[in-house]
Amino acid sequence: MALTYDDVIAKYEPTLGLEVHVELNTNTKMFCGCSTEFGGEPNTQTCPVCLGLPGSLPVVNEVAIESAIKIGLALNCSIAPFSRFARKNYFYPDMPKDFQISQYDEPICVNGFLDVEIDTDEGVKTFRVEIERVHMEEDTGKSLHVGGSTGRIHGAEYSLLDYNRAGIPLMEIVTKMIPGTEKYAPQVARAYVTELRDILRSLGVSDVKMEQGSLRCDANVSLSPRGSGTLGTRSETKNVNSLRSVERAIHGEMIRQGNRLENGERIIQETRHFLEESGETRPGRSKETAEDYRYFQEPDLVPVAPDASWIEEIRATLPERPSVRRKRLQTEWAVPEKEMTAMINAELLDTVEATVKLGADPTKARTWWLGEISRVANEKEVEAISLMTPAQVAEIILLVASGELTDKLARQVVEGVIAGEGTPREVIEKRGLKVVSDDSALMAAIEAAIASQPDTAQRVRDGNIPAAGALIGAVMKATGGQADAARVRELLLKHLGQ
Amino acid sequence: MTFIYNTAAEMSIALAAKEVSAVDLANEHFDRIADVDGDVHAFLYLDKEGALAQAKDVDAKRAAGEKLSPLAGVPLALKDVMAQRGIPTTCGSKILEGWRPPYDATVVTRLKEAGVVILGKTNMDEFAMGSSTENSAYGPTHNPWDLSRIPGGSGGGSSASLAAFEAPLAIGTDTGGSIRQPAAVTGTVGVKPTYGAVSRYGLVAFSSSLDQAGPCARTVLDTAMLHEVIAGHDAKDSSSINAPVPAVVAAAKKLDVKGMKIGVIKELGGEGFQKGVSERFNEALEELVKAGAEIVEVSCPNFEYALAAYYLIAPSEASSNLARFDSMRYGLRVGDDGSRGAEEVMSLTRQAGFGKEVKRRIILGTYALSSGYYDAYYGSAQRVRTLIMRDYEAAFAKADVLVSPTAPTTAFKIGEKADDPVAMYLNDIATIPVNMAGIGGMSLPCGLAAEDNLPVGFQIMSPAMKDDLMYQVGGTLEAALNSKWGSTLMSQAPKLGAK
Repeated sequence: MALTYDDVIAKYEPTLGLEVHVELNTNTKMFCGCSTEFGGEPNTQTCPVCLGLPGSLPVVNEVAIESAIKIGLALNCSIAPFSRFARKNYFYPDMPKDFQISQYDEPICVNGFLDVEIDTDEGVKTFRVEIERVHMEEDTGKSLHVGGSTGRIHGAEYSLLDYNRAGIPLMEIVTKMIPGTEKYAPQVARAYVTELRDILRSLGVSDVKMEQGSLRCDANVSLSPRGSGTLGTRSETKNVNSLRSVERAIHGEMIRQGNRLENGERIIQETRHFLEESGETRPGRSKETAEDYRYFQEPDLVPVAPDASWIEEIRATLPERPSVRRKRLQTEWAVPEKEMTAMINAELLDTVEATVKLGADPTKARTWWLGEISRVANEKEVEAISLMTPAQVAEIILLVASGELTDKLARQVVEGVIAGEGTPREVIEKRGLKVVSDDSALMAAIEAAIASQPDTAQRVRDGNIPAAGALIGAVMKATGGQADAARVRELLLKHLGQ
Repeated sequence: MTFIYNTAAEMSIALAAKEVSAVDLANEHFDRIADVDGDVHAFLYLDKEGALAQAKDVDAKRAAGEKLSPLAGVPLALKDVMAQRGIPTTCGSKILEGWRPPYDATVVTRLKEAGVVILGKTNMDEFAMGSSTENSAYGPTHNPWDLSRIPGGSGGGSSASLAAFEAPLAIGTDTGGSIRQPAAVTGTVGVKPTYGAVSRYGLVAFSSSLDQAGPCARTVLDTAMLHEVIAGHDAKDSSSINAPVPAVVAAAKKLDVKGMKIGVIKELGGEGFQKGVSERFNEALEELVKAGAEIVEVSCPNFEYALAAYYLIAPSEASSNLARFDSMRYGLRVGDDGSRGAEEVMSLTRQAGFGKEVKRRIILGTYALSSGYYDAYYGSAQRVRTLIMRDYEAAFAKADVLVSPTAPTTAFKIGEKADDPVAMYLNDIATIPVNMAGIGGMSLPCGLAAEDNLPVGFQIMSPAMKDDLMYQVGGTLEAALNSKWGSTLMSQAPKLGAK
C-alpha cells in the first residue's frame, strides 16, 4: 500500500532548497553586444565573442551588474565590494567555449532573505526563506535533438544548435536549506518563487516568463525521518515551468521519496525532470559522482568592484516591495481579494494606480481598465495600455463624477478615444455628447412623454412609482441618451406629484 | 638595388621619399621569401593578394598626398596565433586546419589602419607551447644563422623571418618568453610590452593572464615604431590598460643612459648559463657603464620557483582555453560518420588534432585544477606569482631597469631537446618571471658566443607601464655595440638563398 502525501508527512520532515535562474532583460548579452531578443531566427544574434571563437574576449555588461545589485538589495543581501568571475569547465556542444563564465567562491550578492506568507490551518503564516547567494553567469545555447523518440540527446539522429541564447545574462538565486516548512513545503516553494518573480518584475530586470524560460526553477528536496536530526539525500528537479508546477513537483517528489524510503530503498542524489502531465519526476543525470568543474578565476575579466555610493544610489531607487504595495493599495482602495488578483494578473496594477493618482475613483479606474478597455484590448489582441492613457481614463471618470457625462456617454467617449478621434474633450465635442442639464429642456421632453403615455402617467400619479420607468425611458430616448437619468426621474416624479 | 636588408625605419623614409613603392617593397619581400623560405620555413601562409592590395592602397593614398602612418607600406610577418579575417589561422595546430576567422584581431585592425602590409602568417609551436618551433604541426622552422638549429619558440617563424630578411617587422606573442627567446637566438630584437599594453582581442589564448603580443624587428627603433602602432587601450579587452602609451619611439632615439641604474639580477646568470652567453652579457654591461649607467646587483630569491609555478598556471589556463577546440563549429572534425555521438567525435578530434606537447599541458592543467589539488597546485602557484611581483618591486626600488641574459644558451640543434620537456622548459628560465609579474621585457642581440658563433640575447626589464625605459636602455646599448663592432650583428649573418 503506497503512502499518501499525508502519510509521508506523518513520518518524514522535508527540507527544501531552491535555485532560480533568471534571464535578465538587458538589451545586449552578458559579455558582448549581441541582441538578447527572444525568438530570433537561429544563430542570427551571435558574434565571435558569444560563439567563443578562438581569440575572442568577454567584456562585462554594466547594466547586468546593476541588475544584479538591484536583485541583491531587493532580497536583503550584502553586496560584495569585490567579486570575481570564474570559469566552470565542462564539455557540451551548446556551450561554445566548453566552459561557462560564472561566479564561484566570490559571488556578487550574499546572505539575504525573503519572507513569504502562506495560508495554513492556523491562518496566514510567514516563512523566512534565507538566500545564500545571487551570482551572475552566462546562458548556454539551445540544443534541439532531432529523431529518436524522446527528444533527448540519446537516441537522436542529429542535433541542431542555436547560439542566440548563448551569453544572455543569467542570475542564479540560491536559497540556503529551508527546514521547518512541514506539510506546507510545496506551498512555501511556490510562494517563494511567486514572490521572487513579482520582485524581479517590479525591479524591471527580467521578463520573468517561466513559459519562455526567462525564469527557471530547480527544486531540491530531501526527507528525513521525524526526530532523526539527520538530513536526507536530496534530488534536484528541473524543467519546472510554472508556479503551479513548482508546487506539484515538490509534492510529487516528496511522495516518491517517502515511498522509496518506506520500501527500504535509498534516495539517489540525481537530477530529475518534472513531467507536466503526470506531476511526477523521472530520473536524469546522476550526480553521485560529483562532476569536477575545475573552477578557477576567469583571467579574461577584471574583478567587479562596485562603488559603495553607486550601490546606495541603486538602493534609493528600489521600488516598493510588490507584496507590501499590494497590501497597501488593497486597503487604500478597498478592493476585494479576487479583484486585486485579477488586476495583478492582468498586469494593470501600475496603470490603475497611475489613473487613481490623477484623481480618479479607484473602483471606477479598476472597472474601466479591467472591463471595457481590456475587453477591446482582447478583441484587438493588444495591451490595454496601448489603447488609452491613465490621464484620458482619469479625465473621463472625473467628467462622470462632476455630472458632465453619464456612464453611458462615457462609454461612447472611451470608444471614440480608442478609435483615434482625439482626446476625451475632442470626442465629446465632435460627437456632441454633453449631458442635457438644462431643466427647461428636460421639462419639455417630460411633458411630451406624459402626453404620449397618459395612462402610464396616471398610474404614477396614483402611486405606482416603478411605472415611471417607461416615461423616463421615453425622455432619455428623446434626448438621445444625453440626459442625466436621475435628474429626469426627480423632475418627472415632482411633476406628477410624487 | 633592394631594400630588404634595410631597417623598417629606413624603408619608411624611402617610401615617404617615393624612392620605392609599397608594392615594389612587398614584391621584393615575396621574392626573398620564394628564394629562402624553402630552407627556413618561417611562413605557414602567404597572403600575396591581400598584401599587394594593401600596398597598392598605400601607394595610391601617398600619391594623393594623404597623411600616412610612418609604417604605411612597410611589410610585416604575423604570428599565426593572431586572427586575421579570411586568412587561415592555425596556431601551428592541426585542430584549426582550414579555419578562416570571420574577424580581425585588434592588433591586425591597427596594423591595417596604419597601412602596414601583412605578408603572411608565421610558423610557431602549436598554440605557442614550446621554445623551438619544433612543436608546430606543420614542421619546424630553421634558424637562419644555422639551418640545423632551432629559431627559438614559440615565435620562431616570426624571428626567423626577420633574421632571413623575409620581413623587416613581425608580430610575436609572449607567454613565457615566446618573443624574447626567439629574438635572442636569431640575433633580432623582440619586445614583450607590459601586460595589457597591447590588446589580446583576437590573440588565440594560450594562458590568458600571461599572454602578451608585442613587436619584433631587427632594431630597437623598429620595434618601438611597431609598438606605437599596436599598443593602446581596447574596449574589447578587459585587461587592456586604459592609459596613454609611453613614448617608446622617442625613448629608443634618446641614446642616453647617464645616471641610470641598471640592476643585474643575481639569480638569472652564472650556473646553467653557457659561457659565451655570460661573456657577451658582461661585455654589454661594460658598454652601458661606458655610456654612463651605474650597475647594481639585485637579488630576486623567489625566481627559483618561477618555472615551477609557471608550469602550473599556464597549463591550467590552457586546459580551459583549449577546451573550445571540440570540432563542433570550426576546424578539424574526426570520426563523424553518423555512428558516433558528439562526445565521442569531440574526443576523437582532440586526440587526432592536438600534438604531444599540447596534450601534455592540457593533462597537466586539468590535473592542477582538479578539486582536491587546486590549492596545492594552482593556489600555490598564484602565491608564488605574488612573491615574484614583490621581488621585482624590491629590485625596481634599487634600479631603473633590470637586466639578464635572455636565454641560458644559444640556439640548439633541431631534435636535441625534443624528447626532454624539462630541458626545453629551462630555456625560458630568465624570461618567465617577466610574464608572471606582468612587466615589460626586451631582448636585443649582444654579440656571438665565442664557442659556436651564434647570437646571444640581452634582456632588459622595465617596470609595468614604463616600457619606454627598456627602449631607452636598449637603444643606447644597441648603438654602443654597433659602434664597437663597426656594423650591426645581422650584417654578419650567413647569406641565404640562390640570389
